[in-house]
This record gives sequence, C-alpha cells and structure tokens, in this order.
Amino acid sequence: MKRIIKLEDLDCASCASKMEDAVRKIDGVNYVSVNFITQTMTLQTSDENFDEIIKKVVKKCKHIEPECTLYL
Amino acid sequence: MKINVLTKKEKKNLIRILVALSLFIVIFVCDKIFVLANVFESSFGWLFPFLLYLSVYLIIGYDIIFKAVRNILHGQIFDENFLMCIATLGAFALAIIKGVLGETIEGFDEACAVLLFYQVGEFFQSYATNKSRKSISELMDIRPDYANLKIGNTFKKIDPSEVNIGDVIVVNPGEKIPLDGIIISGNSTLDTKALTGESMPREVGINSEVLSGCINLTSQIEIKTTKKFYDSTVSKILELVENASSQKSKAENFITKFAKYYTPIVVVIALVLAIVPSLITSNWMTWIYRSLSFLVVSCPCALVISIPLSFFAGLGLASRYGILVKGSNYLEKLSKANIFVFDKTGTLTKGNFEINSIYPKENYEKVLHLASIAESGSSHPIAKCILQKYNKAVQNNGYSLTNIAGQGVIAQKDDEKILCGNEKLMQNNGIKYTKCTNAGTVVYVAQNEEFVGYIQISDQIKQETKEVLSGLKSENIKTIMLTGDNEDVAKDVAEKIQIDEYKSSLLPQNKVEEIENIMSSKKPSDVVCFVGDGINDAPSLMRSDIGIAMGSVASDATIEASDVALMKDNLKGIIFAKKIANKTLRIVKQNIAFSIAVKIAILILSALGITSMWFAVFGDVGVAIIAILNAMRVNK
Repeated sequence: MKRIIKLEDLDCASCASKMEDAVRKIDGVNYVSVNFITQTMTLQTSDENFDEIIKKVVKKCKHIEPECTLYL
Repeated sequence: MKINVLTKKEKKNLIRILVALSLFIVIFVCDKIFVLANVFESSFGWLFPFLLYLSVYLIIGYDIIFKAVRNILHGQIFDENFLMCIATLGAFALAIIKGVLGETIEGFDEACAVLLFYQVGEFFQSYATNKSRKSISELMDIRPDYANLKIGNTFKKIDPSEVNIGDVIVVNPGEKIPLDGIIISGNSTLDTKALTGESMPREVGINSEVLSGCINLTSQIEIKTTKKFYDSTVSKILELVENASSQKSKAENFITKFAKYYTPIVVVIALVLAIVPSLITSNWMTWIYRSLSFLVVSCPCALVISIPLSFFAGLGLASRYGILVKGSNYLEKLSKANIFVFDKTGTLTKGNFEINSIYPKENYEKVLHLASIAESGSSHPIAKCILQKYNKAVQNNGYSLTNIAGQGVIAQKDDEKILCGNEKLMQNNGIKYTKCTNAGTVVYVAQNEEFVGYIQISDQIKQETKEVLSGLKSENIKTIMLTGDNEDVAKDVAEKIQIDEYKSSLLPQNKVEEIENIMSSKKPSDVVCFVGDGINDAPSLMRSDIGIAMGSVASDATIEASDVALMKDNLKGIIFAKKIANKTLRIVKQNIAFSIAVKIAILILSALGITSMWFAVFGDVGVAIIAILNAMRVNK
C-alpha cells in the first residue's frame, strides 16, 4: 500500500532524515522517503495491519519532531 | 521583506526576535556606558547584568531550552538545540565564575547574543527555504482544482477526480483543462507551456484531442473526456515530478552520511579540546570557552538543506522547459553523461518520408505525374509522400495497376505502360536507366519502355539535429547513431549530421544488443545515455544509464521506461537538460565545498582562540543562508 503523507511544520532538514531513518525501521514499512522540500512523506507498507503501521509512524515522527504534524 | 508573505509561526518568531534584539541593544549599550556590574557596590554586583541578560536569553531561547530538554529525554544527545544550550549556558557559567572570583565581568552579553543570532539565522533559513519552496512549486503548478461538469444546460463545479469517462466538461478562457479529452464544441487557443515548454499557443477546434494541464486562452470549449483524472496527462506528470525528488542522488546521500557523523565528531573534539589542553596548561577557562565555540557550529544544517534544495530547483527548472527528470540521481548522472546513443528514425530524423530530389529537373512535372498514377492505389509511406507532393487529383481512370512484390508497380492503359519502382524493376524490364548516386530510397519511373527519371526519397533530418550534435561534441561527448536502415542511407545521414559513429541494418532486438555492448565495454566513469522516440525503444531506454524519451506527452509506456522525458519533440531539449544538470551539479558542489570549508575554518580558528563565539555563530548562520541563496541560483 502506497501512501503520500503531507507534513506540516517540518522545519529542519536533518530532522527529516532522522524521521526517515526511524520510520524505515518500523516493521511492515517497505519503503519510505521524507521529502523536506515538498514536505511530504512517501510511504509504502505491507497491506496487513496498515492502521497499526501508520500509528507507529505517527508516533515515531512525533517523538523526533513534536512540532511536525502528519496529515494522513 | 514583506510581512504578509510570512506564515503565522514566522510572524510570531519575527516579533519575538525584534523584541529580544531591541532589549539586548538597550542593555548592551547601557552596560558599555555605565558598566552595569558596578551599579551595585557589592561582590554580587555581577548579578544585576546577569539577570538582565538572562531575561533576554529566556525570551529568545525558551523554546530552544524546552526542545533541548525534551529531545534529551527522548534520547537524542546530538541535538542541535541541546548543543546550542550547552554552548550558551556554558558561556554564562564561565561569566558567573568570573563574577564570583571577582574578575572583570564579561561574557553575559556574548552568551545572550549567540543565541539571539542563532535564532535570527534560523528565521532567515526558514524564510528562505519556504520562499524557494514556494517559487519552485509554483513552477510546477499545473494541478487543476475543479472541473465544470455539464449537466443539461447548467454546469456544476466538481472535483476533477469525480468526472467519468465520456462526461462533458466545459472549460472557460483562463481555466486549466482538468482532464484529457476531445473537443466537441468550440474553437480556442491553448497554452501548452506547462506541459511541453512550447511557448507558441496551439490552435484547437472540434475533434481536436486536448491534454489536461493546458490552459484555455481565448474562448469557451466543451470537452468529452477520454480518461479518468488519475489517468490523465496532468496526473501522470504531477506524480512523476512529485516523486522525482525521492530518488536521491549520490551527493544527497553523501551529505546525509556526512551529517550523521559530523555532529558527533565535532562534539567529541570539543570535549577533547576542553579537557586535554586544560590539564596541560591548567587554563580551564580559556579552553572550555574555545570548546564551547565548537558546539555553536556543530549543526550541519546548511548542507542538509541546500543540497536537496539545489536538486529540487534543477528538477523544477527542467520541468518548466518541458523536460521531466525522474530523480535527482538522473540529474546527477546526466551531468556526467559522455556517450550519447541516438536512435535515428524519429529522433535524429523526422520519421516521415519526403521527396529529396527529382531527376532530371526538366522532367520534374512529368516524373511526378507518372509516379502518382502508378502509386495512386498504394498506402505505403513512400507512395503517400509522392501523392502528397503531387497534390493534384490523380487521373488514374482506366489504368490497371499491377503490384510486383519487392519491385514496384506497373500501370497500364491501352498501349501506355508506366513502370514505377526500384532498380530491379528497371533491370527486369530491360530499361536503360540513370543510376541515382545519392543514398536514400529511389523510385525509378519509365514510360513505354523508356526511362523518364527518378524520385529520390529520404527521411528528413530534423532542423536542430546538427546543432545539437555539435553542441554535445563541444563538451567532449561521443555521439553514436543506431538505425535499421541500410549502410548507404546510414552513412549518408551520419555524414550529413556529423555524428561520431553509426551502426546500420539493426533490427529492434539488435539495438538493445548494441546498447549492451556499449554498456559492457565502457569505462566505469562513462555514463551512457540513450535517446529514442520511445515507442519500440523501451528496452534500450531501460538498459542504458539514462534513457531519454522524445516527444512523449501522450505515451505512458515511454514515460515509464525512460528516466528523462522530453515533452516536446525537439532535440534541443537534450542540450537544455544537460545544461540544467551541469548547472545544478556545479552549484551542489560549490555548496558542499563552501559550507564544509567555512565550518572547518571556523573550527580551526576557534580552536586556536583567534575568533570568538560571536564569529562562530555569524559564520555558521551566514554560510547556511549563502548556501540557500546559491541553491536558488539554479532557478535563474
């Protein structure tokens, strides 16, 4: 399942790559790319447990950059 | 700088910075004139300036302190906020120690100023990034917001994705065409610039096929849609462009890696610098101060922001010229490409046949007339081009046409006999003919056993081909042509366009083999670029380092197989693409070298104690802003 997530208030470019690294480690995430310029996260996950994976993604991102909001 | 272009958050930050800055200046000036530490005659006199500066510090830095604490709790030690806090609080601490020891009080202003200027820098960085992000995104803004669905005699504004195939939509002047379709009523002029980079507007009328993403210029048109929104050209292009910057280039990966190690290394060196020389010289204050300056430049932000920004600007600029590049990595490769392989027909040449010459000149009309009679029954491209040239109603009444496979046509009426075909036809009928010495396809014409003349037909070389090839050659790029044509034709074309090498008589599968050969025999540093019109070149496009597809607005398969797609069928796009790639990479390299050099210079100077923390923060913020501004030069 492919999903493009809009990110708001993603202010620091190195946080973007930290987020990318962290999300990549989540089980079920096949591909992730955080684009600082377009403020989007492209996410490809396995079809099962999609909601659960997304929950983890949001949690991880909040952890790294609490100001950044994810629009699912 | 206009305030109204700022976001809410930026406005809030700007006000905070201005308040803190003016407070700071007032306190700073007072301090220099009255020496605030001496206002109260006591050994705690330092407390007064300390508290004043601390209040400014808190106004400007509360969020940084908050973030630092939070991130430390989250286990991020090498967090820039945290390091900034250590640097500035450390500077405060040194000043307090001096105060307690009764030495001259200095350093409160500095600690405060470092954080203040750091915030000013962050503000500019965020402003500049947002602004450039906006200006690049505007370039690529071809997304239609709505479609006017026609229901009876009324229209309803709906989301383009809700329109079905076969629905009729109305596009008013000034609106974007939301979906691909066919015009069923109205004539208008379309601006196709966003799609193809072509600045000439296109005239369209009933039954014209129109692509989404074009802007309707002059009058209202009604369109019957032929595709769903997600299948429409505009969606395809947007998806491609938006995904493009996710394909990361080597330069970006290098920076990400560099950033990962840079901060920890700087912090470790700072620690060493604080402890080792201090143990030797026992001059703790000096060395701790120097190591704190290190922490000020510990954030690799300038690099991390400016590199992807440069690439993104390059991709945006390319798309403005109708060149879709599928990723930063291809832009990077393109700048290194030094072998260009071209498919001939449709790429270097127009791919449609045209009459080159008719021999002999004095028989021009007659040759053409007789040939048209003989070819009037055929739909072969060669016959078509002869009839097109003749451009008159052909009097073929009464002629019986006999097709002789592999030779030509014989037209007969009463005792008149016209032979029209290749050399074999002439030879087999015992006709003495003048052999054409030019390459290309030749149609010989004879009437009543007597040779009349011949028509030489060839594929027309595109106007820009020679210019583009010599442009590539001036950059030391090797050019190779692949063609299915025979040796004579290939040689002729190759000489005319002055291409370095050519391979003739290749079947489609041979072309891929040829690409494989080139790929396997090249040096590791060589980058092979294949340029084709895409329709049957997909394997070659995929096999080469970079596949460039020409004039491919409508073909999905090509867009998928290629790495770079030229929306306009003009070879000059290759030169543009190459130029944009070179420029982007030049700026990327400048930014990498410049930012790293400045950072290292600051580190060395701080370590030697030549510069103060003031200089460090100015240098760090300055280099980030200069790098961002430099990145935006790509766009110009």
